[in-house]
Amino acid sequence: MSKPIWIARDYAACSGCKRCELACSMKFEGWMWPEASRVRVFMPFPGVEVPHLCTQCKDYPCVASCPVDALSVDPVTTAVIVDTEKCISCSKCIKACPGTVPFLHPASNKAVICNLCNGDPECVKVCVEAGYNALTVVAEGPNVNKKLFSRHPVEVAKDLAVFFFGEKGEEVI
Amino acid sequence: MPGGYAGKFLDVDLTKRRVKDTTFDDETLEMFFGGRGLAAKILWDRLGKKWSDVDGLSPENIFLALTGPMTAIYPGARIMCSGKSPVSNGVVGSTAATEFASEIKMAGYDGVIVTGKADEPVYIQVTDEGGEIRPAKHLWGKVGEETIKTLNREVTAELTKRKPAIGLWKEPGMIYIGPAGENLVRNAAVMTKLCHAAGYGGYGSVMGSKNLKAIVAKGRGTLPKVSAPEAVKLLWKKTHEHLQGQTRMRRWGTGYAGYTVGAETSSEPVKNWQEEWHDDKNMGGPRFENKFWVKKKWADFNCTTNCMKVSCIKNGKWKGDITDLPDYELQAYCGTNLGIFDPADNIHMSALIDNLGHSGINGPNTMGFAAELYQRGILTEKDFGFKPVWGDAESMTKLAWLIAKREKIGDVLAEGTYRAAIKIAKMKKMDPEELLKYAVHVKGIEIGAHGTRSDADYTHDIAYAASVQGGDHTSTAVDGYTDMSGSVFTDSAVFCNFCYYGVPQELVFDYAKAITGFPITQESWRRVTGPRIVTLQKVLLLLGGPDVTWEPIKDDDNPPRFYEPLPSGPFKGKTTDKAKVDEKLQTYFATLGWDNKGIPTKETLKKLGLSDCESAMKKLRA
Repeated sequence: MSKPIWIARDYAACSGCKRCELACSMKFEGWMWPEASRVRVFMPFPGVEVPHLCTQCKDYPCVASCPVDALSVDPVTTAVIVDTEKCISCSKCIKACPGTVPFLHPASNKAVICNLCNGDPECVKVCVEAGYNALTVVAEGPNVNKKLFSRHPVEVAKDLAVFFFGEKGEEVI
Repeated sequence: MPGGYAGKFLDVDLTKRRVKDTTFDDETLEMFFGGRGLAAKILWDRLGKKWSDVDGLSPENIFLALTGPMTAIYPGARIMCSGKSPVSNGVVGSTAATEFASEIKMAGYDGVIVTGKADEPVYIQVTDEGGEIRPAKHLWGKVGEETIKTLNREVTAELTKRKPAIGLWKEPGMIYIGPAGENLVRNAAVMTKLCHAAGYGGYGSVMGSKNLKAIVAKGRGTLPKVSAPEAVKLLWKKTHEHLQGQTRMRRWGTGYAGYTVGAETSSEPVKNWQEEWHDDKNMGGPRFENKFWVKKKWADFNCTTNCMKVSCIKNGKWKGDITDLPDYELQAYCGTNLGIFDPADNIHMSALIDNLGHSGINGPNTMGFAAELYQRGILTEKDFGFKPVWGDAESMTKLAWLIAKREKIGDVLAEGTYRAAIKIAKMKKMDPEELLKYAVHVKGIEIGAHGTRSDADYTHDIAYAASVQGGDHTSTAVDGYTDMSGSVFTDSAVFCNFCYYGVPQELVFDYAKAITGFPITQESWRRVTGPRIVTLQKVLLLLGGPDVTWEPIKDDDNPPRFYEPLPSGPFKGKTTDKAKVDEKLQTYFATLGWDNKGIPTKETLKKLGLSDCESAMKKLRA
């Protein structure tokens, strides 16, 4: 089912169960390994959970930053594909990303970026199955500026804390 | 190494400021599993010989924060805290849901064993690089909220500094204490995630006695390898399907029980258990949900039961107070038990107690006890410096702080309900029995918010009286057989009860087998492993000391209040049947192979592989 998709996120709906991390790592690492998961849920304050993953910016600053052409864009799904053979672990893609989304794999030390599971993401499956719908698959639309979603998770959490806790939310993170 | 274990434990001596790794052999792990079971074993091995002389709040005591082989891999990750309980003088396995549990596993550790006492406040940091002791002077005195904020920032910054190139570091998992634990309030909790607590046993004060403010963990490794990974993956999916079918728990948690349990089962503490019935619809779930629940599905690591809901008060005098639902226990203990029937006041009291790190059940039990003594004129305004009035959240707020800071009568109340009763009797020159009438505890452990008098709740006659964890409502005694595969198992495998009940038992035990490779069945837990753990807990509880030693049979009983007839409600006049308690106690003992005084027999100890306890028990039998 290869087609252009996007993973929409509804942060307030995230329960913080982190099953997305388990499902992702089981698919790509063969076992439960949250820190190697392409989606990571940050919780800078209890109750304020932010699933953090690649948003596929239109201009792909990460791809542009790579000095060895290890990153490319899947022409069908629009996902960023990492060629781990080529990756030299220079961290330039991490710095280029407006949301600091990519990270280096805890074992291989190569860049890790969500590849959208070739159009059928595991993280979305478990989230939707549990009824949270914090992550859902949507068809790519021209009116969505995806880059707006690429933001440091602690910054997102600060907004979310105000949304949940009002004035108090300004001081908890 | 059997599956599910990271393979090593961090062994910390705070006096000598030394950290090292410790391991246990496969046989020990198979016999005691993890969590509560392994805690009892470690404590027996290291302190057993001098048990009765070890003061729970002395450097000699050991604080344990252990996972089990199923933690994080099975849904509902929790940490189990233990040590010699400064409350019961035995061993309690006290658990709390937290990412600390998954993080420490991913850092390559199954738990932390802490001995000694630091010369100034410290916290322990556990990462893939091992354990470190770090200064915590700047954290001492801080409430829960501030502790979380400071540690999240500090630890994340430190780890980023060490490895800046890898990308963003996620915040660590942590367990910590509040001012109550720091000031050695005997029944204080080990806290985590703002409003989650390992409350029973008083392990917050054990941490405090070691000058240990917190333990943080951040790991980048995998969850431990298991014996049959493909089976585990399948069982993981199946278990979650069952959990996701639990609509009631997922939708409302226990957040609607504050009214229901009180009104329908008459087993909710009202004003220090003077009543167990009320018909105040303000305590109804919708009044909490509609006005205060800002997140209706909140879960801990690898959980889809999501029985938690986040509450926040956004206006009025308690503006900015954040807690969970509150759950039933705190609706009762931080609400009805203090005569509070207003949801905002109840949320405020829960948030306050959590922030102070003063176990939400046990602390307010003592507060209710104090308020009743004031009601009866035994304690006066002079003792408190104010009037603790039922239903008045302002004065109850003052009372909570008074205890947490050990000021005025708070210094006595900080000893927990049982010890406070004894001390106040002495102060007021009264017969202790006169005050123990109002002390609702079993073996020093204040009783959870489920009474036995109506017999309409899940807690019956010997639920607390026979339990090795006293008043702990999460680990009640049933018949010495079925309860051996209940929380004795979940507290040792270390995962949440609410990810257990409702899932077919064969599935859970298949899961346990697939993770560890041990030949585990429900039957083996009911007949051997569960009884082994509970018998060892019983041995240590019987040894007790140094300040209190429970008397066999006499102290295996409910508090006097549980034999008073219920004064109101649909079960008016009903009370706990003492004859039935006595009879069932004997059956319970017999099933577990204990003698008629509840002392494990020589044969039982031998059968369970606990023969090294025989000489200590022989003395008790004489």
